[in-house]
Amino acid sequence: MLYFARWKIALIVLSVLMGVVFAAPNLLPAGIAASLPSWLPHKQLVLGLDLRGGAHLLLQVERGKLIEERAETLVSDVRQTLRAERIGYRNLRVKGTTVSLTLRDGADAERAMTALRPLADPIQSGLFGQGGVSEVDLVLDGDRITATLNPDGLEARVRSAVEQSKGVLERRINELGTTEPVIQREGTDRILVQVPGLEDTRRLKDIIGQTAKMTFHMECADGSLAEALRSRPPAGCEIAEPADESDGPMLIESRAQISGDDLVDAQPGFDQQSNQPIVSFRFNTRGATIFANLTRDNVGRRFAVVLDDKVITAPVIRSPILGGSGQIEGSFTVESAQNLAVLLRAGALPADLTIIEERTVGPSLGQDSIDAGKVAAMLGMAAVVIFMVIAYGLFGLFANLALAANIAMVFGILTVLQVTLTLPGIAGIVLTIGMAVDANVLIFERIREESRLGRTAINAIEAGFRRALVTIMDAQVTTLIAAVALFALGSGPIRGFGVTLVIGILTTIFTAFLLTRLIVATWVWSSRPKTIPI
Amino acid sequence: MPLRLIPDETKIPFMRYAPLAFPVSLLAMVASLTLYFVIGLNLGIDFKGGTLIEVKSTAAEADIGGIRARIGRLGLGDVEVQGFGAPDEVLIRIEAQSGGEAGQQVAVKAVQEALGFADYEYRRVEVVGPKVSGELAQTGTIAVLVTLFGVLTYIWFRFEWQFAIGAVAALIHDVVLTIGFFAIIQLEFNLSSIAAILTIVGYSINDTVVVYDRVRETLRKFKQMTIADLIDLAVNQTLSRTILTSLTTLIALGALFFFGGAVIRSFTAAMIWGVFVGTYSSVFIAAPILIYFKLRPAAAGSSGPAKA
Repeated sequence: MLYFARWKIALIVLSVLMGVVFAAPNLLPAGIAASLPSWLPHKQLVLGLDLRGGAHLLLQVERGKLIEERAETLVSDVRQTLRAERIGYRNLRVKGTTVSLTLRDGADAERAMTALRPLADPIQSGLFGQGGVSEVDLVLDGDRITATLNPDGLEARVRSAVEQSKGVLERRINELGTTEPVIQREGTDRILVQVPGLEDTRRLKDIIGQTAKMTFHMECADGSLAEALRSRPPAGCEIAEPADESDGPMLIESRAQISGDDLVDAQPGFDQQSNQPIVSFRFNTRGATIFANLTRDNVGRRFAVVLDDKVITAPVIRSPILGGSGQIEGSFTVESAQNLAVLLRAGALPADLTIIEERTVGPSLGQDSIDAGKVAAMLGMAAVVIFMVIAYGLFGLFANLALAANIAMVFGILTVLQVTLTLPGIAGIVLTIGMAVDANVLIFERIREESRLGRTAINAIEAGFRRALVTIMDAQVTTLIAAVALFALGSGPIRGFGVTLVIGILTTIFTAFLLTRLIVATWVWSSRPKTIPI
Repeated sequence: MPLRLIPDETKIPFMRYAPLAFPVSLLAMVASLTLYFVIGLNLGIDFKGGTLIEVKSTAAEADIGGIRARIGRLGLGDVEVQGFGAPDEVLIRIEAQSGGEAGQQVAVKAVQEALGFADYEYRRVEVVGPKVSGELAQTGTIAVLVTLFGVLTYIWFRFEWQFAIGAVAALIHDVVLTIGFFAIIQLEFNLSSIAAILTIVGYSINDTVVVYDRVRETLRKFKQMTIADLIDLAVNQTLSRTILTSLTTLIALGALFFFGGAVIRSFTAAMIWGVFVGTYSSVFIAAPILIYFKLRPAAAGSSGPAKA
């Protein structure tokens, strides 16, 4: 127990030194640590949002709505296909994920199925690469045809919607100019957004909460709004609500002429005459051509710019716009114009996102928590250190030395692995201090006992370590089981606590089994004690 | 010479008190469960959904009455406004809103508009929708159960089955009493509380294993001793360690409780309670169970503990 091979001593000392060296940059101010030469350890602890402040949002893709929209598209695809083939049908309806229709003439069945077949072709999804998934199951039963969206296809839809949304969110959030935002998929249909250091989350929420689907519609040419409101809109037209409640609703063509997908740029600005905030935009070639044709053919008519089903502006076309750029004048504030420009540049979300969890901590609270955690840890340490010296004298000093090394190693590991340190994580470190002390108490108590049994000093120390280490191992392993369960199954704060606890248990086992033993052995061999001052 | 806090050789007949401790513990457990079912836990938003907003007033003292009045007008249902830590800090809790996940965000917006951004700084906003809160409760419970099972298995492997039963009984005792503690003082029960319970489980098992380890060792050494005397010996031998460790842990937790800030105060309060309960249960629940489950049959020195 008290003999160490040279290489072992070297390894133990090296491990402790590594811990100290990697933990050391945390003592420096962030700016200085970052400017250290790259061959020196310069990483600092990653602080969780609860300590550094910031926003944490968990978003969920609205699966139901996505499926509903997909089913509607399927209906219109079916309608168009059959119309193009001049096949008569009735009772075209959608129920859940199934579209059904009855052919007027059963003899058309073969022709109808052939025409509809392409709808059931596998969608090429670059994400999966394995040939894609067939989304639609086509079934012919007499003169009835059903097209069902199958679960695999829907699942693939949701996945790709999440993936696309992630990209859109990345582009949008990067526009906010914050540092190191985290945007990652969670589970199948969720996206986690973490933006450190963001104090006011209103803008963030405004920016990520909007689908931002922009379309250009012509005003409906036939039928009046009043009549549409009284009965129902004419075929191919619909009533659109205004974005600004002081405007009235408007009757527009259901078909969008151009959509935001064809935009290449959008910038906030001010109108030169009225000095009102506006958003100017530029179309790509395709969009520019359509826009030019549209404005050329419809001079004198109104068209509506619709954002997420609401009309934001509806100007009258005064002259053809051929350059492919224009401006939107809604009732904007400077901020809402900026936001809209960001949204248009980043593109529309493929699905609606709902915030299902939000945790935002202001930087001042984070700093308070760090300070409080520091004070508590220091005081706790100081009290424990004094207590150990009172209880065990010289051996108490040994224990304190081991404890200091233990803490340094915990921070070293946290820093090297870039584990996020949270407030519960600090609690885990404090618990580690308690357990590290326990390990030493077990050893020293055992040495006391063994020496009371009349053993010589060296024998008592030998036996004390040997016996106590069995207990320490059992105790630490059982605690480790609990800590691992916390880490693996827990989320958020539980996980943060589990992670430091796991690291703490490992370093405690190391210090108890090797470091304390080495320190005591060194003392034994250098001072050759007759009695143990314990 | 170092200070002796505990006399070297104590001979406290712990097992003589065991017949008394059992009913007391049982009563405490029944009381805890009754409290849990009758009063219930003061569930935080993590488990029941809703919104928590911590604001700091720009004035020296927050106008709690004013905040209550302004938010009360919004018709957000059950709203709790209370001081938190310093006099300029206020915690606002709003019950889960109808209207699913989006409804919660509407409430946050309404509160921020009602209080404005000039007089108050928003230090913390937590919104947990109904979907997430259900999941959190589920994962929390699973974590506790898996931990119990893992501990049971490990002890069964390392010791004898009686030890595993004793340890798990002690753990259940600790968990139940901790839940009772949360119920009786209406400490908010949130995700950190689950972490606290699991830490208590960790601490308690640590403590129990130390005692058990000694019992196992003593079993081998004294083949003729009755199990009760043997356990008394083991508990007495580990007593100074038990007390020293509990003291140092309490010191560390005390520092955390008084200086660690309001956010983790309920966590540390539960932990402090857990240290007491965990220490008690090792001696008075885990140890005597070995007697009742006949770890050593009446005829001493038999098969059971011979394993190395």
